[in-house]
Amino acid sequence: MIELINKMRNNRGAFTGVIIILIYVMIAIFAPFIAGRSNPDDPYIAKQYSFSPVPQKPSFKAPFGTTQNQYDIFYSMVWGTRLAFKISLFVVLISFIIGIIIGWISGYYGRIIDEIIMRFTDMVLSIPSLVLAMVIASILGPGIEKIIIAIAFVSWPSYARLFRSEVLKIKSMDYITYSKIIGATPFWILRKHIMPNSIYNIIIMASLDIANIVLMASSLSFLGLGSPQGYSDWGQVISMSRNWIISSFSNPLEYSHIVIIPSVFIFTFVLGFNLIGEAFRDIFDPKQIKR
Amino acid sequence: MKKFLIRKVFSIPLTFIGITIILFSIINILPSKTLATAYSSSDKEMTEEEITEIIKKYDLDSSIIKRYYGWLKRVLKGELGYSQTAKMSVVDALKTYLPATVELTIFSIIPIFFIGSFLGMKAAKKKSTLTDRTITSISSFFYSIPSFIIGIFLLLIFYGILGIFEPGRYSTQTDILISSMIFKKYTGFMIIDSILNLNFQVLFDSVKHIILPALSIFLGTSAMFIKITRTSTLEELNKDYVRTLRAKGLREDYIIKKHIKKNILIPQLTVGGLQLIRLLGGVVITETIFDWPGIGSWGVKCALRLDITGVMGFAIVVSILFLIGNLMIDILYSIVDPRIKYE
Repeated sequence: MIELINKMRNNRGAFTGVIIILIYVMIAIFAPFIAGRSNPDDPYIAKQYSFSPVPQKPSFKAPFGTTQNQYDIFYSMVWGTRLAFKISLFVVLISFIIGIIIGWISGYYGRIIDEIIMRFTDMVLSIPSLVLAMVIASILGPGIEKIIIAIAFVSWPSYARLFRSEVLKIKSMDYITYSKIIGATPFWILRKHIMPNSIYNIIIMASLDIANIVLMASSLSFLGLGSPQGYSDWGQVISMSRNWIISSFSNPLEYSHIVIIPSVFIFTFVLGFNLIGEAFRDIFDPKQIKR
Repeated sequence: MKKFLIRKVFSIPLTFIGITIILFSIINILPSKTLATAYSSSDKEMTEEEITEIIKKYDLDSSIIKRYYGWLKRVLKGELGYSQTAKMSVVDALKTYLPATVELTIFSIIPIFFIGSFLGMKAAKKKSTLTDRTITSISSFFYSIPSFIIGIFLLLIFYGILGIFEPGRYSTQTDILISSMIFKKYTGFMIIDSILNLNFQVLFDSVKHIILPALSIFLGTSAMFIKITRTSTLEELNKDYVRTLRAKGLREDYIIKKHIKKNILIPQLTVGGLQLIRLLGGVVITETIFDWPGIGSWGVKCALRLDITGVMGFAIVVSILFLIGNLMIDILYSIVDPRIKYE
């Protein structure tokens, strides 16, 4: 662990990535203090000033300007950060739990169960994930929990496969056999031997998965299949910006703030996680060592 | 080898059935009344009686296994139903929209392969110089940008500010020309059709419209390809046989052209296959941004309107394309490297 931190510290990219992510974590944690709450029951609903269809440029009241229908972009960005973390953490948690249970059953008991489960994950993985998530999201209808379900459904198979391969690797080791001889139950072996040895890889995978999940969630919202209308969601603000690419022929950049601000947020978020991911890959995959 | 391919080809129908089971079960979360609308063959709203009639006719209240069996039988016969979004049957809709998607995919894969290979090898050849660093950092910069942001920014620059390109597949004038009797549709690929018709106005117009979406896909997906080309070229350059070749006095360019290029094809294909997956998924977003009338943007419209037959047809076709793509990569593997044996 200490070795890992040292290696990360020497990697300039990873350092930048960690800083970016820390900033986003701060924004998410302190969202109520930065932007206030628009609605005491559901603060994720964006602050709306009026119903005027013309966006407003940045002003003192709305530092990042407003979109059509006067949704405050600043508020949407701040609470959108929290929403992004909320969605990705829930998705990771769900896929993590399902992945561990399924991967363990598959790897530990093997044989026919393993074959069936692995073929099933093959099938889920052979539908492009965004398309599958799109189908699920459209069936379930708009809503935050529904995006979480849709994305979790497409992401658990990779967790299950990773954990299965870990179980297979550890299962064949001698100390597990000894453990069985002295009468350890499968659950004991899972808890005491397999988990501590494999959890590390899965946690790394999960942390790298967050960028993908956020991207998929904002893609769904961008397509109109994600969060309900009026939520503080990065993807939704970008989808509104599509209407304002050409604001007027005399000044095409008049409303470009709607395009640029959310893009910068999503970009830096994904960049932060990608930088960390790159560093992890350099550290753990000796084949890709930079020459 | 042959054995492997035969097994692979036979596993495709099984995977296909599995995919349909998954999709069918997801769709059947909906109540039978909503499902009934999927069986209508016109745009009109259905009355209560019609809905009950359809529920009765297609056994929508019976067990899911029985319904799946009936549904699969119809799908295999090619009856995919009627799509309210496209206002035509799903099969016709696919015939209309699929060529546009395939055209766009081909036009983005070819540059990814050729320009990507070129840039990757260039970076490897000039390792640790400014050229290398520029190529690596620019490509990883674009890799971090989500595809819809690339798309929107390209539109903002080339459509909003410069006004050179515009969204859509062709301009209004060309659209009128294409739908007229003079223009014969042979393949549905606008670029091939316009050449066959010897109509260079349409050719120019379609090329002009395909550049922006293809560029957007290229920027978003080529980074991985450039990276793998660079890494594997470097790896090959350090091998003993290259040292021998150098000792024989061969020029560096010749070594890369004659020896390295062949040896890096395997990792290139592996990553190329992964990119194909990204591309097929990403086509949904790119087509929506650029108003490209392909299956992706149609699928999104279906999903938004809860046009169940449309969504199903779309998801099934994308999965089939995906399976075929994977099979093709497996075949290419064995052509590229006959040493690969599959047991």
